[in-house]
Order: sequence, then C-alpha cells, then structure tokens
Amino acid sequence: MKIEVLGTGCAKCKTLYENAKKAQEDSGKTADVVKVEDIPTIMKYGVMSTPALVVDGQVKFSGKVASVAEIMGVLA
Amino acid sequence: MLKDFADHVSFTLFDLQPGTHLGEAVDFFIYDTLKIFFLLTVIIFAVAIIRSWFPPERTKRILAHKREYVGNVLAALLGIVTPFCSCSAVPLFIGFVESGVPLGVTFSFLISSPMVNEVALIMLWGMFGWKIALIYIGSGLLVAIVAGMVIGRLKMEKYVQDYVWQMQVGDIAVAEPSWPQRFAYAREYTVGLLKKIWPYVVIGVGVGAFIHGYVPQDFLAKWAGRDNPFAVPLAVALGVPLYANAAGVIPIVQALTAKGMAIGTVLAFMMAVTALSLPEAVILSNVLKKPLLATFFGIVAVAIVMVGYLFNAIL
Repeated sequence: MKIEVLGTGCAKCKTLYENAKKAQEDSGKTADVVKVEDIPTIMKYGVMSTPALVVDGQVKFSGKVASVAEIMGVLA
Repeated sequence: MLKDFADHVSFTLFDLQPGTHLGEAVDFFIYDTLKIFFLLTVIIFAVAIIRSWFPPERTKRILAHKREYVGNVLAALLGIVTPFCSCSAVPLFIGFVESGVPLGVTFSFLISSPMVNEVALIMLWGMFGWKIALIYIGSGLLVAIVAGMVIGRLKMEKYVQDYVWQMQVGDIAVAEPSWPQRFAYAREYTVGLLKKIWPYVVIGVGVGAFIHGYVPQDFLAKWAGRDNPFAVPLAVALGVPLYANAAGVIPIVQALTAKGMAIGTVLAFMMAVTALSLPEAVILSNVLKKPLLATFFGIVAVAIVMVGYLFNAIL
C-alpha cells in the first residue's frame, strides 16, 4: 500500500503527513508514507487545494488536514 | 446586551470611572473584543458551510471556457465562496488555466478570493457598520472584475511559465459531502481560523482602544484626511507588507478613522492588506514570469488607489 501526502511544504502539509504516519502505524498496515512536493505529480492527480492525501493512486482528501481517525477510515 | 456586560465589567467589577481615559479604553476593549469574536464565530461557520458546496475543482469546471465579462463576473463572485489559501495558489492556478479558464478570468478569481474574505468583512461590519462592509464587497468585486479584464486584454499568456502549459492535469471526482461532514468541516475550519487570528484581534482591538482613549481628536485629519492626495497611495503601499492581518489591522484603522483618517483611504488600505501580499507574489512567481507578475500587482494597486479616491470624494 502506498500513502502519498501532497503539498508544497506548508505547515498544514506537515501536520497531514504526521497524521498519515500515525494512522498507518495505528492501523498496523504495511504501507509507505511519502511526501510529494513537486508540482507536476500533484497536478497529475488533479488536486487543486493542498494538502491532499492519496492512497494507492486515489485522492481521498484534498484541501484539508484529515484527522488520524479519518485517515484510518480510508485505509481500511 | 454586550455593551451592558462590558459596562458592568469595566465600571463595576474593575471599579473604573466612566468618562476617564482608562475607563473608556477598557470598556471599549471588552465590548469590541466580545462583539468581534461573536461575529467571527457565527459568520466564519456560516461561510464555511456555504464553501462546502464550492470546492475549487467544481469552480474550475464552472469557469472553464467562459468568455470575458460573464467569466470575470462569475470568477469574482466564486472567489468569495471558494476556499482559497495562498499556499495552494500554484496548483489552483495551473488547474484553472489547464482546464481552459481564460487567463483574465483566472486573475479575477485570484484577486477576489483573498480580498473579499469573510474575516475582512466581519471586521469591517463590526467596526464600521454594514454599509461600509457592503461597499467593500462591491468595490472589491469591481476591482477583481476590471483588473482581470484588463489582464485578459493584454494577452499575456506568453508570460505564464512555460512548464504550466505542458502540465498533465488529472481529474478527480469530488464526492458530495453529507450534512454531518459539512458541519464537521465548518467546525474544523472555524476553530482553525479563530486559533490563528485571535491574538491579532486582541492586539488590534487593544491598540485601537488605546488610540481611542489617548490620541487627541483630529490628530490624523491633516495627513490622512481626505484633502491629502498622497494619503491613498501611501496607505496602499503600507498595506502590502501587512498581509493576512486584516483581523488585527481593522480595529487600529477604525480608531484612526475616529481621529480623522478618511474612509476611502481606509478601504484602499484594507484592500491592499488583503489583495496584495508579498508571500503570495513569491508563490505566484512559480507560475508567472516577472512581467505578468508586475502587471498583476500594478493593475490591482492602481485599481485600489482609484477606489480610495472615489470614496474619499463621495463619502
């Protein structure tokens, strides 16, 4: 499983990254949590408001800092 | 009711004398802080609920391939209800132009979105009354529409960074949120925003209260009054570095108005604070080449100065 956090490096993106890491650990899933900061990749997903969370190529949240519980919800 | 409460706290609880500098300043501070936090909480929440219907992905679809006039007007209006943060200005800009939103229409959106924002409106309403707040919305939309149209006519597409035109933009299906999700989003948004701006509000109202109580009447009438033609451009220049602090700036400006600063100058200052920010310029330089960035700032600044002169002349 691959979890990507899209964002150009603002404070909110960091929080989302931390939440995603926590959600991955708590859920016990084996997944890579990576930060994506380059614009072409962000645009490829069609995301227009950052931060956004992508799980296995699917945009789950955009323009919000999803909570750990919300991220756990989409990992299941 | 809030006024009674503020009077009670200042004059009974703190045992200050009405009519004294200190008593009036404390009373003013308590009343204004309460009033503004009440307005902020209620209105930010309401605006956030409305915003849950207008994610940028939908706004983009509405604006794609729209013509001049209709497109600019729609873009300026959608700028009010589409959530926007300057940190996502780059993906937003690319998403717009790639899906066929004309450059001028995109700029109408980029100008209106930060300028006609709920915090500035609430602060203006709370401190100056609803008429000034409405004038601010109206003239803000006008600046966004006209400046966007001018930029569109100048045909500056070649001054957009080249890579923008080569970008592959995906399309995401935005799921329609349920009512509980809308409320959750609005609550989160309101709490987050209040957390960010409350110190500025308290400091701004505090400084405003001090000015109200201690600075002599008509102190500013000479250099910031309507007769000084340099006041408006100066106010705009001062507004640029004060970005994002509309919450703290307005109470101070309101106090300055009471000491003789003209209302058109106030409006121009507010617009410069919200619409022209240096960090946004830095962020936009990722997608705009210098001539377009400079044109954008120049046209918006000129439009704001004209709004300032207009309202100094007629109000």
